[in-house]
Amino acid sequence: MATKKNGPVITLGVILGIGLAAPRFTGSAPGFYLEVLLGGLMAGGLYSLVALGFVLIFKASGVFNFAQGAMVLFAALALARLAEWLPGWVGIPAGLPALALAFVLATGIMVALAWVIERVVLRPLVAQDPAALLMATLGVTFFLDGFGQTIWGSDIYKIDLGISKDPTFILESMFQGGILVSKEDLVATVIAALLVLMLAIFFQKTATGRALRAVADDHQAAQSIGIPLNRIWVIVWAVAGFVALVAGMVWGAKLGVQFSLSQLALKALPVVILGGFTSIPGAILGGLIIGVGEKMAEVFLGPPVIKLFDLAGGGIENWFAYVLALLFLMVRPEGLFGEKHIDRV
Amino acid sequence: MFYRENGQFKSNYTEDQQILGIRQDRWFIFGLIAFAACAMPYIASDYMFRAILIPFLIVSLAAIGLNLLVGYCGQISLGHAAFMAVGAYAAYNLVVHFPGLNFIVVLVLAGLISALVGIFFGLPSLQIKGLYLGVATLAAQFFVDWVFARVKWFTNYSPSGSVSTATVELFGWTIDTPIKKYLFILAVVIVFTLMAKNLVRGHIGRSWMAMRDMDVAAEVIGIRPMYAKLTAFAVSAFYAGVAGALWGFLHLGSWEPAAFSINFSLNLLFMIIIGGMGSILGSFIGAAFIVLLPLFLNQTLLLLNKLGMNVGTAMASHLEFMIFGALIVFFLIVEPLGIARLWAVAKEKLRLWPFPH
Amino acid sequence: MSERKIGEVILDVKNISLSFGGVKALQGISFDVREHEVRAIIGPNGAGKSSMLNCINGVYHPQEGEIIYKGEVRRDMDTHHAAENGIARTFQNLALFKGMSVLDNIMTGRNLKMKTGVLAQAFHLGPARAEELRERAFVEHVIDFLEIQPYRKTPVGRLPYGLQKRVDLGRALAAQPQVLLLDEPMAGMNMEEKQDMCRFVLDINDEFGTTVVLIEHDMGVVMDISDRVLVLDYGKKIGDGSPDVVRNDPEVIKAYLGVSH
Repeated sequence: MATKKNGPVITLGVILGIGLAAPRFTGSAPGFYLEVLLGGLMAGGLYSLVALGFVLIFKASGVFNFAQGAMVLFAALALARLAEWLPGWVGIPAGLPALALAFVLATGIMVALAWVIERVVLRPLVAQDPAALLMATLGVTFFLDGFGQTIWGSDIYKIDLGISKDPTFILESMFQGGILVSKEDLVATVIAALLVLMLAIFFQKTATGRALRAVADDHQAAQSIGIPLNRIWVIVWAVAGFVALVAGMVWGAKLGVQFSLSQLALKALPVVILGGFTSIPGAILGGLIIGVGEKMAEVFLGPPVIKLFDLAGGGIENWFAYVLALLFLMVRPEGLFGEKHIDRV
Repeated sequence: MFYRENGQFKSNYTEDQQILGIRQDRWFIFGLIAFAACAMPYIASDYMFRAILIPFLIVSLAAIGLNLLVGYCGQISLGHAAFMAVGAYAAYNLVVHFPGLNFIVVLVLAGLISALVGIFFGLPSLQIKGLYLGVATLAAQFFVDWVFARVKWFTNYSPSGSVSTATVELFGWTIDTPIKKYLFILAVVIVFTLMAKNLVRGHIGRSWMAMRDMDVAAEVIGIRPMYAKLTAFAVSAFYAGVAGALWGFLHLGSWEPAAFSINFSLNLLFMIIIGGMGSILGSFIGAAFIVLLPLFLNQTLLLLNKLGMNVGTAMASHLEFMIFGALIVFFLIVEPLGIARLWAVAKEKLRLWPFPH
Repeated sequence: MSERKIGEVILDVKNISLSFGGVKALQGISFDVREHEVRAIIGPNGAGKSSMLNCINGVYHPQEGEIIYKGEVRRDMDTHHAAENGIARTFQNLALFKGMSVLDNIMTGRNLKMKTGVLAQAFHLGPARAEELRERAFVEHVIDFLEIQPYRKTPVGRLPYGLQKRVDLGRALAAQPQVLLLDEPMAGMNMEEKQDMCRFVLDINDEFGTTVVLIEHDMGVVMDISDRVLVLDYGKKIGDGSPDVVRNDPEVIKAYLGVSH
């Protein structure tokens, strides 16, 4: 069965490879190419963060949490506003100390929120097909949008991580003028990498992490050796809520906290399709591929396409991820690392 | 005791398969149509036509289309507004390049073009389903958004990216006032609803429902999945296309691509979830709900403000989101077949009333 | 009661082997089915009986072997081709269309005969209307035959299990098949329901001359109504012949450990 599909997968891989390498030869400076690549990687890392929470929940409980994106927005809002209000409430100095306390509070809020979503929305629907869950979590997204803005307010807020917004130039020795990267993106990537590392250690080295992996593998077997399923799910959702908070913090610092953040809810879909619903490395790789692909398509594919078809501007980014996911679906629905589904009569 | 079927016998199959089998239903529906066509024009204000009735009717049409695909055939479409966009732009270009073409012909052609696009974007459904198909339809939505925003030919090289339409003329009758628009749209909706009801009770409708309920068994008894799914996409896109053309020409007058964005698609989806999937009546109920709720909330807020409570106007839109979201979740959990099902259950009880059983 | 004349071989299964990954569901099975006969397939659970039926009507595609149906040799069957050429079946797990009524479920069985296009149906024009009424009349015959008239408008999900099985049978019958594959039609039924079902199967065979291939666990039923019996065990054929012959076959007795229901 696998051999039948290998042909198209290889073709897809070759096309991706060409797409990745081709811009290198369009005559633009190699430094510029590297800039776009790095920019794409960093954006992709942020997508991965969102997809990570999604995969975690699915791995442990088989539930599709498409509200993850909405949770990210909610978390970012909570963080931004609490950081603003805390100095007035408890006299803690504004800036990083307020932010740190806000972070702790927000973690609590997110854990509680994640638990509520799981209990109220997803557990009753657990037997239904994923499309119903998708629509239910779309409903949750809308609800959180309105609710979040009611509680936290509807302006655009800032999260100030204390990083300067000045761009820096790296690798000045290798490329003329150096490569332009944003400090924020760098910090974001570092934070994301740290988070992944933390999660990896958690899953591999701790007893709870082992229990989580057992539950992900086989609910009944895990139960039969005494692992308390309900408690595990609460923990998983708490972790997902925490991941949403970190993602919200990072994205919010970069973009400002605004509604478009919950569009991330939809973007997570192509990422997990590419990476497979049950794979953490897949979520990371999927996010990176999408991040890079989008940027590359917009920057390098855009201009020639615009010229060729006499278009009124770019915007390939808006659909690139989805079309890429569609191609993957036709060729390899289980994603790069996911498990195959077999339909039996 | 009013809703009794006593004495209403069906003596042949023709009578048995009528759309409106119970006499009371027939009176009700005909009465409703008569009221809508004859009384409404005198009762309702211009505002009611423009803000409530016309959008309600057009959106019901699109909702019926989506319901045929999702509720009856069990597929999924997260980007249905894209088909509305295709219909609207197709109609616009037809009018621009073939002036003098009869408007009904324009509508039908726009619908057919949309149907073709629907078949094309329905092709993935032959390989993937459920959630994955949803992502494919999202790809369609965003791609179509981009095409109409960027490919200048579609907007007739308009510098601003938006298009405007002239007043519609049909057989010498100028459709310029809200009342005339309303009557025309009402006629279209009545015809299309009848068509949908016919399709659903015919063998194509049954094959759609078979695909929804158990596609493997359907294939085994000889139903061709490809034919069933693609006709569902085609008919559904046809409805959406006509609705889109009506929306653009008779409701908006001029529009830009963002008029048919993902928010519209999601609203359509919410309509059929709340109203009832797999029910034509449900499409109307859902449409009414989605059109009326924001207006209702606005009025309530104004009232509250008058009473002294200081509620911001943005609150209305937040509440709208919250109520929609909560209702979606509620209906999906409690009654996936929506308000239409609740209504059907109520009717059952009504048949017995005042007896308990 | 008309004399049932058993005709020539209508279905010939040659050397079918089917495996899923490492699991060998069927190994080198060969048997034939004659027209107008009632052929039973029996065997312990997991013997491959359902898989065999699935191969015959094209749901599974065997890795080896051929199926010769009405003289046409096929490496594997295609479900649509099977349905078009007179093979219909019921399912072990019912597979009814839960969202539809009994009447609509059985009407879907007539789908292959209904040819009018979408446009004609949308406007309920002459040909579409005539076709719908004609097929409805036919389906009502099936409903009469199976004695489920009072339930015709009931959603199938609300019916008790025994009646659902009858609807499943009705849907298969609606297609006017030449060969009817029944997958455990009497599973989960009580004595009365089984008698009813037996009566239906025999009537179908008698009145319409339909060839019946049925999988069944109840030995009493099998011995009573079948002309020939095929015995499978672990994907292999261990017996083939008249009920009496098979009943006394030591291999078969060994496979069942002498247990009959």
